[in-house]
Amino acid sequence: MSLRRPAKDQPDSFEFNASSLEAANSIVAKYPEGKQHSAVMALLYIAQRQNNNWIPLAAMKYIAKFLDMPYIKVYEVATFYTMYNLSPVGKYFVQVCTTTPCMIRGANQIVEACKEKISENESELSNDKSCSWMEVECLGACVNAPMMQINDDYYEDLDKQKTLDILDKILNGETPKPGSYRGRVNNEPENNRKTLMDLKNA
Amino acid sequence: MLKDQDRIFQNLYNDKGSDVSSSQDRGDWVNTKEITDKGRDWIINEIKESQLRGRGGAGFPTGLKWSFAPKEVGSRPHYLVINGDESEPGTCKDRDILRFEPHKLIEGCLIASYAVQAHVCYIYIRGEYFVDGQKLQAAIDEAYEKKLLGKNAAGTGWDLDIYIHYGAGAYICGEETALLESIEGKKGQPRLKPPFPALIGLYGCPTIINNVETIAVVPTILRRGGKWFASLGREKNTGTKIFCISGNVNTPCNVEEEMNIPLKELIEVHAGGVIGGWDNLQAVIPGGSSMPLIPKEKCETLTMDFDSLMAEKSGLGTAGIVVINKDQDIIKCMARIARFYKHESCGQCTPCREGSGWMWRMLERMAKGDATKDEVDMLGDVTNQIAGHTICAFGEGSSWPVQGLLRHFKKEIEKRNNLDPIVQKKNNIPYLVDQHLLEKKNA
Repeated sequence: MSLRRPAKDQPDSFEFNASSLEAANSIVAKYPEGKQHSAVMALLYIAQRQNNNWIPLAAMKYIAKFLDMPYIKVYEVATFYTMYNLSPVGKYFVQVCTTTPCMIRGANQIVEACKEKISENESELSNDKSCSWMEVECLGACVNAPMMQINDDYYEDLDKQKTLDILDKILNGETPKPGSYRGRVNNEPENNRKTLMDLKNA
Repeated sequence: MLKDQDRIFQNLYNDKGSDVSSSQDRGDWVNTKEITDKGRDWIINEIKESQLRGRGGAGFPTGLKWSFAPKEVGSRPHYLVINGDESEPGTCKDRDILRFEPHKLIEGCLIASYAVQAHVCYIYIRGEYFVDGQKLQAAIDEAYEKKLLGKNAAGTGWDLDIYIHYGAGAYICGEETALLESIEGKKGQPRLKPPFPALIGLYGCPTIINNVETIAVVPTILRRGGKWFASLGREKNTGTKIFCISGNVNTPCNVEEEMNIPLKELIEVHAGGVIGGWDNLQAVIPGGSSMPLIPKEKCETLTMDFDSLMAEKSGLGTAGIVVINKDQDIIKCMARIARFYKHESCGQCTPCREGSGWMWRMLERMAKGDATKDEVDMLGDVTNQIAGHTICAFGEGSSWPVQGLLRHFKKEIEKRNNLDPIVQKKNNIPYLVDQHLLEKKNA
């Protein structure tokens, strides 16, 4: 289990804005009548997106009222799942996978690059407050290891230099292209494809 | 090697695009009505005849699972839930199906929903795959537009709605009952079985849960016949499977191959060989992190299917092959896997919650050579205390890799960890109960 605590400095109130409200209502409609509790995970995501990528306690209370469920149930969900950030993170939130398949292909180099460019410790904001990084468990792109996720996008087949370049771009406010950084197409074996050959050149 | 025309996922590398029209060129959605017209029993029988086993790890026969759904819909509606919470280290096959073959999955959902009489299908995707989930959502929207979903889906006379539910970074939600809890908006903590979800599942209603890959191969099986699928591989381990080969290989990749393919062929032909040559191979994790590793000697002749790996006291799991060469420290690799399980334990059962962290701490020390000889046996004891004493299979999943390490690399651990368990003044062993004795001069 991982220990997760809400941030010390909490805003007093939280409310969905118009677009979040619309999104929330369409999510609730996905579930059968009376089962609106199911929407809590999606609503926490919406709150997280609206609130600079983290969820304050006020948002949990708001969602609890919105879905007519006890606050503690929302709190439980928000603290159980690791993708809900309970304290502020950077606008660019870098997650480095360091589980075994990435580890044996050199994930530590990406961690080093993050330490150099962003901050010495994980979950700490960079000097310009725009960026933070953390180690996470398997992100499910093991064939493209080592890799990292920045906000929603996967950056794959990295090494230290490539990571430094990507982080430089991000700190300059650019959005680098997601995907493989060794130039291969998706998950095919690089320059070694033996299957579906007639489709490749079609 | 499997012939190209026998590969189900023709667009595994996205050569052709994933929209409806290119999927139709590949044969999806072509005669869906003809399939459903043959009736539920025919569909379930054909799947049984194909001997398709679930691709999510446990390898349960899919046709049998479907036949557990009640024959008549009572007061409670039926649900179909697709498990796309792929989080097992070493596995990344479902991601490619969501991205590049979404219509195989959607059509499979329609046929499976018809077979188990469900009108609503939830696809649970791990939260990290947000971008891939958006691609699936685009494909679902396209299917609604073309009347392949919704009322009278694809002209079959069956109504079906498909919704995506995103997870949020919990590995345990890949366990089917934890997944249901998660869809219900609770913490993902597994339920006791029985009752099995086929009778009491989502919202207390009959629910069939299948892996993404299992459902995505269903339309092709029904088109080409269960006999064709059963002719690939070997008895009870039939068909094709997407293998993910990662780790210390020259060209890590996903590839669809026949079941029962030799492991050496997968590594040498598709993955370009082990880095440093075959002789540099140390061990292979054959089926995602929770399956015990297999040392090099056995990799020479090993074939990849459920039963032959079971015979080696390992398992096919999700077919995520992690190759570890001799440049790596095998104890450290397993310690990292133990850390993964410590992080992902849901905390419901004490043996798993406490034991997973215990194993991790011991292994970390063993990697450094800071453990006593006795602890090697103690580690084995801890794994046995976890496996089989928890609500879900996570207990087994977390202790099997450690057991595999002990089975094949015990000598390595013992060589490195030579601490004498008898209290000596020089050693500072913080976990010893008698530590205070060290501070007394005459102890």
